[in-house]
Amino acid sequence: MIGSYRAAAALVRKAVRPNIALALPALALLFTASVSHQAAAMNIQQIKSPGGIEAWLVEEHSVPLISLRYAFDGGNSQDPPGKPGLANFLTAMMDEGAGDIKSQEYQERMEDIAMRMSYDDSKDSLYGSFETLSANRDKAVELLKLSVQKPRFDTDAIERIRQQLTANLIYADKDPEKVAMREWYAQAFAGHPYARPSNGTVDSVAKITRDDLLDYHKRTFARDNLKIVAVGDITAAELGKLIDDVFGPLPAKADLFPVAQTEPVKGGNQKIVEMGVPQSVAVFGLGAMPRKDPDFITAFVVNHILGGGGFSAKLMEEVREKRGLAYSVYTYVQPYQQTSILVGSVATKNASMGESLTIIRNELKKMAENGPSKEDLQAAKDYLTGSYALRFDTNSKIASQLLGLMQEGFGPDYVENRNKLINAVTVEDAKRVSARLLKPDDLVVTIVGKPTGMKSASPAALQPVLAAPDRG
Amino acid sequence: MRLATCFRSSLLTSLAVLMLAVNPQAHAADGATRAAEFKLSNGMDVVVIPDHRSPVVTHMVWYRVGAADEVRGTSGIAHFLEHLMFKSTDKIPVGEFSKIVGRLGGQDNAFTGNDATAYFQRVAKDRLGKMMEMEADRMVNLRLDEKEVLTERDVILEERRSRIENNPSSILDEQMNAALYLNHPYGKPVIGWYHEMAKLSRQNALDFYKHYYAPNNAILVVSGDVTVDEVKKLADETYGKIPSNPTVTTTRNRPADPPQLVARRLTLKDPRAGNYSFQRYYQAPSYVTAKPGEAEALDILMKIAGSGSTSRLYKKLVVESKLASSAGGDFSGYGLDGGTISLYAVAADGVPLEKVEAASDEVLADIVKNGVTEQELTRAKNSYLADYVYDSDNQATLARRYGWNLAVGRTVADVEAWPANISKVTANDVKKVAAKYLDPNDSVTGYLVPDQSGVAQVEDLSAPSPSGELR
Repeated sequence: MIGSYRAAAALVRKAVRPNIALALPALALLFTASVSHQAAAMNIQQIKSPGGIEAWLVEEHSVPLISLRYAFDGGNSQDPPGKPGLANFLTAMMDEGAGDIKSQEYQERMEDIAMRMSYDDSKDSLYGSFETLSANRDKAVELLKLSVQKPRFDTDAIERIRQQLTANLIYADKDPEKVAMREWYAQAFAGHPYARPSNGTVDSVAKITRDDLLDYHKRTFARDNLKIVAVGDITAAELGKLIDDVFGPLPAKADLFPVAQTEPVKGGNQKIVEMGVPQSVAVFGLGAMPRKDPDFITAFVVNHILGGGGFSAKLMEEVREKRGLAYSVYTYVQPYQQTSILVGSVATKNASMGESLTIIRNELKKMAENGPSKEDLQAAKDYLTGSYALRFDTNSKIASQLLGLMQEGFGPDYVENRNKLINAVTVEDAKRVSARLLKPDDLVVTIVGKPTGMKSASPAALQPVLAAPDRG
Repeated sequence: MRLATCFRSSLLTSLAVLMLAVNPQAHAADGATRAAEFKLSNGMDVVVIPDHRSPVVTHMVWYRVGAADEVRGTSGIAHFLEHLMFKSTDKIPVGEFSKIVGRLGGQDNAFTGNDATAYFQRVAKDRLGKMMEMEADRMVNLRLDEKEVLTERDVILEERRSRIENNPSSILDEQMNAALYLNHPYGKPVIGWYHEMAKLSRQNALDFYKHYYAPNNAILVVSGDVTVDEVKKLADETYGKIPSNPTVTTTRNRPADPPQLVARRLTLKDPRAGNYSFQRYYQAPSYVTAKPGEAEALDILMKIAGSGSTSRLYKKLVVESKLASSAGGDFSGYGLDGGTISLYAVAADGVPLEKVEAASDEVLADIVKNGVTEQELTRAKNSYLADYVYDSDNQATLARRYGWNLAVGRTVADVEAWPANISKVTANDVKKVAAKYLDPNDSVTGYLVPDQSGVAQVEDLSAPSPSGELR
């Protein structure tokens, strides 16, 4: 049951987040852009503003709305050592006043013209989302421009937001799903910026200063690490002017820390975080192919068959449909700039966690050894190609999809070619890539709860703790 | 009724978020009529919302039945049946429904609320006929195997653990909701009470199914790249072939609550609560039950009082007095038998909840006494009217808006008159509904308190230990 109150109380502010951040499974899909004959009919224009900034545009004049999505490379892997949570802090400060307009007035002006603006951070990027009614475009762009160029970061606003972020962190510390995911990254990428908690900790957020915010803004809001997509009721010429207005005065070059390539720790770490909940949550995952690896698309298709495809996926079949062990079990492939992972999650009563994870390991092993059947592969292709158009049926979804492609360095033609790439995957490819991808012995596992009969393990020491009775 | 929904699958997280955000009412900012409606000969209602920008459709069937229609002692059966509807029919083998939809490039799911149950697929437009054929088939031909039912029952118990048992805020929400309704079934959680869910049977599910699932108790909603004529033809060929069922129950007479005589208060102390927080629920009318204009005025009231960082509650409690780290409120006005007003605040570090509550009450008392400003009124109206335009970008959002409204007995005309009706609300209307419905003696107040002793306990109401295994 989902109560509107609970969501409001738990998440506090920042209610309007870009689509990008809404759901991790959706995020995984986002980065795998795709095609269909219908989507191909969409006219993607590559434009360059008079000031020389590039953007993609899909004109859609039938609804009086404009959606803009933009991203600055950097994200929370650019948080300085000892201050994780800085990028996230900044995302919460971007509508807290800009130029000469202080926080409350800025927000009232946004509301007066029904402008929507929000920011979000991921490991590699800081995302901006801006939407306006056509009729209010000029006023809205004026506010956007001030925010991008001259956020105020007033002390009273910083302290207020600090309190909200701290309350969120305290709440998240008690949420088994959030703790499981956070601890998974901490285990898998120990020593790398990807291991740090994206939203920081209560202690690190307490240390973040106004100078930190100004410095992060100065380093990362630049033109050479910026990608922009616009969809809606705007022409190419109008968009060019808008972009120059908003982004033109930013520094030409970002000043980013180098982030090293990495991969999840191998050997099968397992960590249990004790929490007094009736249902344990596990996050499990391992390294996957980078986005530009020739096997990436095949890995994506294999993941769909294994755990990404909802009720058609093997894990759902074995864990939920056959045994009723969980409401939710899934995997997704998530490429980052410096790594790529296949990661999943399952939630089950404490007594069943051992059995559930054993089933999941067995499914990985079976897929690694045999690959998918011809029928399963065809069903996956049919879904993935046939559903592609569903990612392009609203302005904001189109904008998010295209921004993901731009960030990965693809051209607009990717949209036309993607289904061909999926359809080209053969049973032999899928079998080879399954073996390359799915190594159950390397699975990094984090469990939060009180799982019966399970314990933490470092590489080499790990053994299956419970054998699953074969009830299938 | 608070907007409470259970989904069959958790994968559509973003959709769940949308459900919370949907304005049940809003429609075309330009005032244009968007939806067409008609009825099939067997009594099934049909709504079509064309949007030709992208060659996809959203196909939904809504039943006018929900958790509030359950027989006492079988809480959760409406939602359980919704899960079981994906099992099998004579034509569809066990577990194949979603797989077939997937092979056709479609996405499907379903959800249950207090007053409605809905099933939907999103799919390329040339697959619409097949979706209608499959949905019509399971409307009357469901087959349930005993073993499948028991396995799925374990799934909904896990769903309950995920949604409620693992989260103290949800436990408090459930307890407060139970306290808000002494007699009306809105007091039961949509997902059901654990001890009753654990005993639900195949027969319970089939009884509920036979009692409520029929074309004359259903609404078809199709949005996207279709014309009214196309939908009419396909609907006649599929749903239209199912005879009307005169034995199905289409009236809903739920027991009403007695007048509330005392304020009800609950405190949940739980070691898993991170922050001290306060919440308050009031019963209020809904768009279905309110006198003309009252529900619109309540929407405006709660927008001004509690929505976002320009709201009164946020400004007073968070920005000015700094008693809370967040604060807000909401009006949920879709229930067939009534709506709710809710408030929340998370206490700032070290601030007692009593102080936070008193400050919230002051904010409300000020509105009751002095009303709202013309500027606030205009801003709130503009914001709703703009939401209406923003929503028109999303065919799935529109389908849910019409479906939900029709499921609680409202009409397409009611939905589309909403922008005009919101525009008519005056500052005096807002003041009047504030005075009428924000009575502290007519409310439930809940405190969530981190339990430092490490032992979970629930005051005022008996409930299972939040930290214990319940089965």
